[in-house]
Amino acid sequence: MRHTITVLVENEFGVLSRVAGLFSGRGFNIDSLSVAPTNDETISRMTIVTRGDDQILEQISKQLNKLIDVIKVIDFTDGEVVEREMALIKVTAEDSARAEVLRIADIFRAKIIDVTPKSFTIEATGAPAKIDAILELLRPLGLKELVRTGPVAIGRGAKALKG
Amino acid sequence: MKMTGARILLECLKREGVDTVFGYPGGTVINLYDELFSFKDIRHILPRHEQAGVHAADGFARATGRVGVAIATSGPGATNTVTGIATAYMDSIPLVVITGQVPTALIGNDAFQEVDIIGITRPCTKHNFLVKDVKDIATIIKKAFYIARTGRPGPVLVDLPKDVQIATAEFEYPEAIELRSYKPTVEGHPKQIEKAVSMLLAAKKPVMYVGGGAISGDAAGELTALATRLHIPVTTTLMGLGSFPEDNPLSLKLLGMHGTYFANMAVTNCDLLVAVGARFDDRVTGKIATFAPHAKIIHMDVDPTSIRKNVRVDLPIVGQVKEVLGRMLKSLDESGDKVAAFHTAIEPWLAEIEGWKQKHPITYKQASTVIKPQFVIQKLRELSDPDAIVATDVGQHQMWTAQFFGFREPRTLLSSGGLGTMGFGLPAAMGAQAAFPNRQVIAVCGDGGFQMNLQEVATLVQNRLPVKIVILNNNFLGMVRQWQELFFDKRYSQTCMELPIDFIKLAEAFGAKGFQATKSDEVEATIKKAFETPGPVIMEFKIAREEKVLPMVPAGASLNEMVLNA
Ligand SMILES: Cc1ncc(C[n+]2csc(CCOP(=O)(O)OP(=O)(O)O)c2C)c(N)n1
Repeated sequence: MRHTITVLVENEFGVLSRVAGLFSGRGFNIDSLSVAPTNDETISRMTIVTRGDDQILEQISKQLNKLIDVIKVIDFTDGEVVEREMALIKVTAEDSARAEVLRIADIFRAKIIDVTPKSFTIEATGAPAKIDAILELLRPLGLKELVRTGPVAIGRGAKALKG
Repeated sequence: MKMTGARILLECLKREGVDTVFGYPGGTVINLYDELFSFKDIRHILPRHEQAGVHAADGFARATGRVGVAIATSGPGATNTVTGIATAYMDSIPLVVITGQVPTALIGNDAFQEVDIIGITRPCTKHNFLVKDVKDIATIIKKAFYIARTGRPGPVLVDLPKDVQIATAEFEYPEAIELRSYKPTVEGHPKQIEKAVSMLLAAKKPVMYVGGGAISGDAAGELTALATRLHIPVTTTLMGLGSFPEDNPLSLKLLGMHGTYFANMAVTNCDLLVAVGARFDDRVTGKIATFAPHAKIIHMDVDPTSIRKNVRVDLPIVGQVKEVLGRMLKSLDESGDKVAAFHTAIEPWLAEIEGWKQKHPITYKQASTVIKPQFVIQKLRELSDPDAIVATDVGQHQMWTAQFFGFREPRTLLSSGGLGTMGFGLPAAMGAQAAFPNRQVIAVCGDGGFQMNLQEVATLVQNRLPVKIVILNNNFLGMVRQWQELFFDKRYSQTCMELPIDFIKLAEAFGAKGFQATKSDEVEATIKKAFETPGPVIMEFKIAREEKVLPMVPAGASLNEMVLNA
């Protein structure tokens, strides 16, 4: 099962390697991990996408909680959470293909952020599935380079996590 | 008042009640040692190897329940501490290890004697700190001690760059510390505790399975009260030995790989297993699928991660075991005649266990002349002080000590359980003796493990620490040899240490005394002589060379598939 885990941590050096080390040291997989400070500068927020059965997820969450710098761990289940990811996509765009790339970017409300006679660079944001979809359409046209941030996630509704 | 960072560190240690540290100097802690030169409130013991220094601090902590402190220089000094730190981490022993570091400006430059000890020890410390500013020393040390001793205890490393030791700042020691991200659960959930009591009283075949958490959590009193009040049989892990008196008829002694027949049978057949501060280690459970197959499991532990890590649990209780057991006792006070009914209900179970005890007691075959190691351990118990502290190394002798010494008090057995670190025994005994100069401290070692840290005999002599060292000499790496005998057709690959080391001369070379026994009838006199001789003494017993530790559950087998005698 895919899980999106949000971890609030003290904004101190070395915390990221503690968290990452916990995953590698115990053989847990990380699909993606993104981290940056929150509106409270002493706190950083990580969004981690991982996989595993219930028992593994319980261990991941407990082990994260056990780290001294970890303030809070939330394992979001589907539906409770909104996820967004950003991708920068460099595609081959020559002659007749240029129009096709523009059309696809338009459909996905993506932005062209760099243009050359041979290529477009596109900025796309959305749920991870939407990024997957645009990539699928662009790939046959010649995908030259791709960077994805991995999702960041926030709970649905009015309730907010402090930090 | 302004002080150097080095001085601030020492003042902090003093405020934490530290009176003894084990440390080894070097370039990056030379300023610290210079301060120490005139700092009279802390006794410094110089081991001959940093690994031994950390084991000694660990032995000090295990014996006293206080936080052990070790110091090492950067680079090689720091890496030498790693085995000691990992040993303490696996057994949840509270330590603060202070390492020197190259000046902050050089960190990351591959400077002379630089190593990323924070990175190296991240997976084997409870937490670690790099101090970048002299102003942070006091708070960091306060945090380090707090983290080391609270919750599930463990080692904390503080890396202190040289320039931070030299810089000066106002010294003010924080009274208390708040860590918003670290709040160990102390009290167990009251509803869960109530449930545990009713599950207990409904059981027909209960067993308590007790680990090191009962000792580090100072819960031996509550544990013994609860077990004796309800007549529940108690088995302990290696780390739990001493938490329940082994001379109590309810004691099932050790369980697991080298546990007793009756403990393993009781666990296999029980209908309720109450795990107290134990973590279902594979040396204990054998094959997980057949571990306590008929039992509901109650698991109390201060560390939530140890719950449901290896086995299914029907009732988890997160909290200090002392608190939890204490509340269970209170709740029993109010349950009236239910207790009497429970006593009657479990009578057949106690009788069944008694049957197992009669059938296969823990025993060995005595020989007429050759020395049986089990006999040495029994004699040691007989001739030693009632409150003697026994540290063991790792191997067969460790298991014989666990099986035959009969531990009755918490913190009287010091042994590396989780990591199984050879070389631990002698320095751990040294640490305990430093804490208790007037108690009898015995180190039981194999000839192999003794040679891993034998240089510490020098430290014993220099510091007048009268540890009595027992070497059970089989000229083998015995425990590995046993596996080779049983599972590898006696192909004794590299486990024979056939070398006539003269341990008596070795003792004398260090300025200690040494005695040797080669025959069974010399054992008693040798032990007596050693105990009567002041100062550190090595007793060497030339034991039956191919003696095995039995019973044994082969790795991966079920607890009731024991090899009883081979
Ligand atoms: C540092 C370390 N290296 C290797 C081992 C593997 N090991 C476990 S027991 C053992 C043999 C110990 O031999 P000895 O110290 O002579 O004790 P005996 O088993 O003979 O009592 C070995 C090599 C270990 N536990 N620790």
